[in-house]
Amino acid sequence: MTDVMIQVENLTKDYGPTRAVDSVTFSVRKGEVLGFLGPNGAGKSTTMKMLTCFLAPTGGHARVAGFDVFDESLEVRKRIGYLPEDTPLYRDMTVSEFLTFTADVRGMTSERRESRIKDIGARCGLADVAGKLVGELSKGFRQRVGLAQAMVHDPDILILDEPTSGLDPNQIVEIRSLIKEVGKEKTVILSTHILPEVQATCSRILIISGGKLVADGTPDELRSREKGSRYRVVVESNGVGGDAVKAKLGGIAGVTRCESVTGEEGAHAFSIDAQVSDDLRKILFRAAVDNRWTLLELVRESANLEDVFRNLTTGEEPRS
Amino acid sequence: MSATWAISKREIRTYFNSPVAYIVVTVFMLLAGYLFFNTLFIEKQAEMRGYFGLAPMLFTFIIPAITMRLIAEEKGSGTLELLITMPIKDWQVVVGKFIAALTLVAVLLGLTLFYAFTLNSIGAIDKGPTYGGYLGLLLMAAAYVAIGVMASAFTKNQIVAFIVAFGISFALYLFGRIAQLVPESLQPIVTFLSIDGHFEAIGRGVIDSRDVIYYLSMVTVALVLATLSLASRKWK
Repeated sequence: MTDVMIQVENLTKDYGPTRAVDSVTFSVRKGEVLGFLGPNGAGKSTTMKMLTCFLAPTGGHARVAGFDVFDESLEVRKRIGYLPEDTPLYRDMTVSEFLTFTADVRGMTSERRESRIKDIGARCGLADVAGKLVGELSKGFRQRVGLAQAMVHDPDILILDEPTSGLDPNQIVEIRSLIKEVGKEKTVILSTHILPEVQATCSRILIISGGKLVADGTPDELRSREKGSRYRVVVESNGVGGDAVKAKLGGIAGVTRCESVTGEEGAHAFSIDAQVSDDLRKILFRAAVDNRWTLLELVRESANLEDVFRNLTTGEEPRS
Repeated sequence: MSATWAISKREIRTYFNSPVAYIVVTVFMLLAGYLFFNTLFIEKQAEMRGYFGLAPMLFTFIIPAITMRLIAEEKGSGTLELLITMPIKDWQVVVGKFIAALTLVAVLLGLTLFYAFTLNSIGAIDKGPTYGGYLGLLLMAAAYVAIGVMASAFTKNQIVAFIVAFGISFALYLFGRIAQLVPESLQPIVTFLSIDGHFEAIGRGVIDSRDVIYYLSMVTVALVLATLSLASRKWK
């Protein structure tokens, strides 16, 4: 139990009559990179604001690094680095002034401050812009400054609210690899509504929807929750009509749905859903051989997190 | 370095890196200069009564202009969230900003000493009332600055912060003028609250502990309310 860095129990937050976070329970172990996933307005930011002691929970408890976020808020705040949503920074300061200010507010000694700023500046790629005003930097650099201020005191826990929102694809890749590297030694919680992001950076995913926790697991675990699998088949049927092919394919045991999709000229393409998780590829291949169709393509598409996400956050069937 | 001082330092630097300090200094020096030399040239008297008489009113709008951005701006831009999720106490934010704004006002008052020295070289001015006047102005400024910080903590809109601070400051200033107009039973209260009533005695060179306590309690009450306002986000 000693490596549990964040312990959240029945955490609840009401804004007036609206319940933003509804009895959320989870825990994060040391060294995990936890992706907090959910549609906009699901309660991600609110949960993070409670973990960082900015807001007090209406109900439930949260312990960060062993300290209660409400009763021992100063101890919690000493041990976390936080990047709020939209990266608010003091734009009228230069990068090095800003990082110095952060270190001073955190009460660091001047030697430690200097060495940490140097170290973190190099890691976040800020050495060249140290003398520039924060407000004059590009969004990607501002995001790096935001990360640098969150790590200047070498915290055990990083809480990052949408660290890559509004960045271009190159910047996103940079920030992600930075987070991944940091995640090797620290506990990281990051929120996002971008799915590839969690797949790329996170070792564990929490999906939150309407203030409630709806899923908790590794990306693989969540993907495997998706029942059945989908195949894409393209055949040349040697004169047989597409409908006949479709009827044959649809008649195979285990197939729940067979649909024509647009394919190449002279060929028939189908998207097939199967109930069972058994491999249907052999059976589909057999069917093609038996019917003397020329098989041009046969792919099993693995379920992706997008389906899981849509399924969990809208309650609609992902494949109907 | 303590967090409070780090915040003060940042705010002071922000004042002098932006036009705010220079505009405020220019406007105040022009008005104060007029008040100083008005008495000198028109009444041919080297004295500072005109200045000390009207400075309290100048403060009612100069100081809110200085303080309006202190917390409201951070609330609006979201940096307050960044700041108060660092391991500092809410009061440190409030006091740090109070010290910064008071420093700017002290610089302002310090610059008007130049006028005082000029006057003194023309005709010797009374030492007691001058020292007392400056001390009184500084104490009064501290009260106004604290009120401004409080107003700035109430809102994320700087204009609202200005108007609230100006309203409170001007009302406290006005209490001294309208004491004769209110019902007799209210008179002691209104006179007690009047911000420049307490200044008059100090301005004559008489430092009464009651007047000093009045200003210090104004500062305390306003800063406590500002701190509570920041903490209200955590009320369940």
